[in-house]
Amino acid sequence: MDRLLPTEQIADEAAVSRRIFLQRTGLLLGFALSGVSADPVFAAPASRVVENEVTGAFAPNGFIRIDATGAVTLIMPSIEMGQGVYTSQSMLLAEELEVTLDQIQLQHAPPNHALYVNSIIGIQNTGGSASIRAFWTPLRQAGAVGRNLLIAAAAERWNVDPVTCRAKAGVVFDASGSKHLSYGELAEAAAKLPVPLAANVKLKDPKDFTLIGTRARRVDSPIKVDGRALYGIDTRLPGMKFAAIAISPVLGGRTKTLNEKAALAVKGVRQVVNIDEAVAVVADHMGAAKKGLEAAAITWDDGPNRTVNNAHIIRQLEEESKQPGVVARNDGDAGKALAGAAQRLDAIYQVPFLAHATMEPMNCTVQLRNDRCDIWVGTQAPTITQSQVAELTGLPKDAIKIHNHLMGGGFGRRLEPDGTLLAVKLARHVDGPVKVIWSREEDIQHDMYRPYYLDRLSAGLDAAGKPVAWTHRIAGSSVMARYYPAYFKDGLDPDAVEGAAQPPYELPNIRVDFVRLEPPGVRTSWWRGVGPTHNVFVVESFMDELAHAAKQDPVAYRKGLLGHNPRALAVLSLAAEKAGWGSPLPARHGRGVSVQFAYGSYTSQVAEVEVAVDGTVNVKRIVCAIDCGMYVNPDTIEAQVQGGTLFGLTAALHGSITFKDGRVEQTNFNSYRPIRIDEVPLVETHLIKNAEAPGGIGEAPTASVSAAVTNAIFAATGKRLRILPIDTNSLQA
Amino acid sequence: MTVRYRREASVAFTLKINGTTHLVDVDSDIPLLWVLRDVLGMSGTKFGCGLGLCGACTVHVGDNAVRSCLTPVGSVGDSAITTIEAIGLTPQGAALQKAWLELEVVQCGYCQSGQIMSAAALLKSRPKPTDEDINAGMSGNVCRCGTYHRIRAVIKHAAGV
Repeated sequence: MDRLLPTEQIADEAAVSRRIFLQRTGLLLGFALSGVSADPVFAAPASRVVENEVTGAFAPNGFIRIDATGAVTLIMPSIEMGQGVYTSQSMLLAEELEVTLDQIQLQHAPPNHALYVNSIIGIQNTGGSASIRAFWTPLRQAGAVGRNLLIAAAAERWNVDPVTCRAKAGVVFDASGSKHLSYGELAEAAAKLPVPLAANVKLKDPKDFTLIGTRARRVDSPIKVDGRALYGIDTRLPGMKFAAIAISPVLGGRTKTLNEKAALAVKGVRQVVNIDEAVAVVADHMGAAKKGLEAAAITWDDGPNRTVNNAHIIRQLEEESKQPGVVARNDGDAGKALAGAAQRLDAIYQVPFLAHATMEPMNCTVQLRNDRCDIWVGTQAPTITQSQVAELTGLPKDAIKIHNHLMGGGFGRRLEPDGTLLAVKLARHVDGPVKVIWSREEDIQHDMYRPYYLDRLSAGLDAAGKPVAWTHRIAGSSVMARYYPAYFKDGLDPDAVEGAAQPPYELPNIRVDFVRLEPPGVRTSWWRGVGPTHNVFVVESFMDELAHAAKQDPVAYRKGLLGHNPRALAVLSLAAEKAGWGSPLPARHGRGVSVQFAYGSYTSQVAEVEVAVDGTVNVKRIVCAIDCGMYVNPDTIEAQVQGGTLFGLTAALHGSITFKDGRVEQTNFNSYRPIRIDEVPLVETHLIKNAEAPGGIGEAPTASVSAAVTNAIFAATGKRLRILPIDTNSLQA
Repeated sequence: MTVRYRREASVAFTLKINGTTHLVDVDSDIPLLWVLRDVLGMSGTKFGCGLGLCGACTVHVGDNAVRSCLTPVGSVGDSAITTIEAIGLTPQGAALQKAWLELEVVQCGYCQSGQIMSAAALLKSRPKPTDEDINAGMSGNVCRCGTYHRIRAVIKHAAGV
């Protein structure tokens, strides 16, 4: 590295040191709101970057720091991965604190369970569409505590009753409005006052909100349009080396041979690290590291998982799912009702393994020293990462410094610390900091996949076509059992059955059970939408089969089962109305619907598709009605509906990870296809406004879209798709 | 302005990037992407796939949008390279960045450098792009967050169509 530093950078080492210092101390994110910048190297002006612990600051809780200069720092308990959480959580704080969004700077929360735990998840994790649900009240309370203290400090200074004062845009005014003091001027005095209990402060009446509920500008956009935003992969440290890695293509395999000499002969290559499960080539830049890795021509001893393949996994699921599983729900007597039904339907549904394929490939920068380990990474799970690195290194937890970053996509992949642990194992062999970057092929082939599920369903209809019996058996891996064992009780994985055990419909006799089966040689994990992404596809497809068997319109049929569930009925009615449900369509065009309750939100989507005679599916339009209760930023919700829908649609159309001889068969974006701009349907969002508790939004459209599309394909072609992804060959006219 | 390197060994390549000349000493087959990011510290250009399949690494060589992950540094010659860090100094780049903020396109942001670079090249060659032009010019750029609706809208907005 040093030998390649240009003289201009050497001359500007003070600036380098400043940024390094800021990074090391957790001062990771700064906002310059000017928009356009030609400054190539340094991310943010120093004035916009704040320190983790601001000396002498007003720090009434874990979320607010105000210093004497008036700099307001908000500490974000959830991490930004595109979902807009830095804007919406800032809005919650700023609403009650009475600051404007252009007055704030932000900081990623360090790992600290006590301060930043997500109360719904029970861990300091970002996921489960839980960030607003969990922090709606705590962040407003935190803001209100801050405002009350700042007002109290001003009132004391003026010797007036605090209730006569008010705060706006970072300034406290007296009753007349003639006296005013800025938050900066009040910070020191406010810091000396006793902090009231958060639960005791009075929050604004929602009708008085001026920020919550508005289309406020995203706080992270300016730094993302001109290259200044720093992701984990952009970490740059003095003396840092770059590592390209090859991981055993079969889980549990080991290196057999490698040509270290050839790798070292590549200009810029410094070192080859072989830890059996993986090989890293360490170099002055990634270009040399990748070239060296190729030259190393590694061969592998595949080990016991070399025979793993998809057909075996599916056959095993088919067999095991013939036996009853752990009961998730058993209301009435489904078996008896099924036996006595006028009409019986049976179906098997299957959904594939899925990779996350975040745009920012997995990466991690590590500096491991005798008494300390610094980690630069974008993680959805900072405390889990810290604990597992502590366990791996034998260092105490507080010696593990997690420098969290903006993430180039998460989707659940960055809930897993596996990439960080691997980087730490490699860093043991490298002097100084090393940045490990996975190639796209490594990223896709060594992901932790959404499990393959196989579902068996049966339903009985009475003479009028109403469902009198419903049974649903889910077979597949339990992510919960591994990741949150405390929530895996008596063999039941509540995530694996979410969206299946409590469908929104009135089903008098329902039995849902779960058969756990861990596929050998495959690591499974959370994927955007978690349990409902799988279950809503299955339940909503099967419900469509019931409507068809009952010779009823799919929307009317569902409405008949939602009389007890007004919010679900309302989103269904709204989506159907906005989509023009029932209006005529040309041949081989169709509309399909889905309804779900998940993540605390009600969602209904209507998809309109055209199926060409060669089977090609053209999804033309998706109408989404959402009731997520009280909401923070409708523009963010629209963005999440657009993006979440496309994420689910990508999987429905193209997504499948398959194993052959222990290896993942897909490699890059050519064989694991993302949707592209020329395939994108219109996506419309219709948001219901009410005063219900806030619901999650990031995953709702991802979970609901697949069934809407396959139901539309059924309407267009009469062909029922029970396996994802969509097989267009089966749709030829 | 020329930036010189500390190392005495022979300097292999002269690159004109964002109006500055840089001399870099790497093998000629090293992709421009890693020279920008790792050798020169310009991290706005992103690595996404390494095979020209996602467009995250898009830069301009002359007026053309190229995938820097597939562009050997030795192939650039004396063509001017423009990256996301300086695209705002061009009329198309400035208009796009402004529109990008107005229409709130960004989600995770990781692909957006490449999207803006492709869009700027598109607008330079097609100042009033049709939907088909946008499909042709932008379908090489992947966004996993799904900002495509707004990308299409923002290009039209910036172009005034």
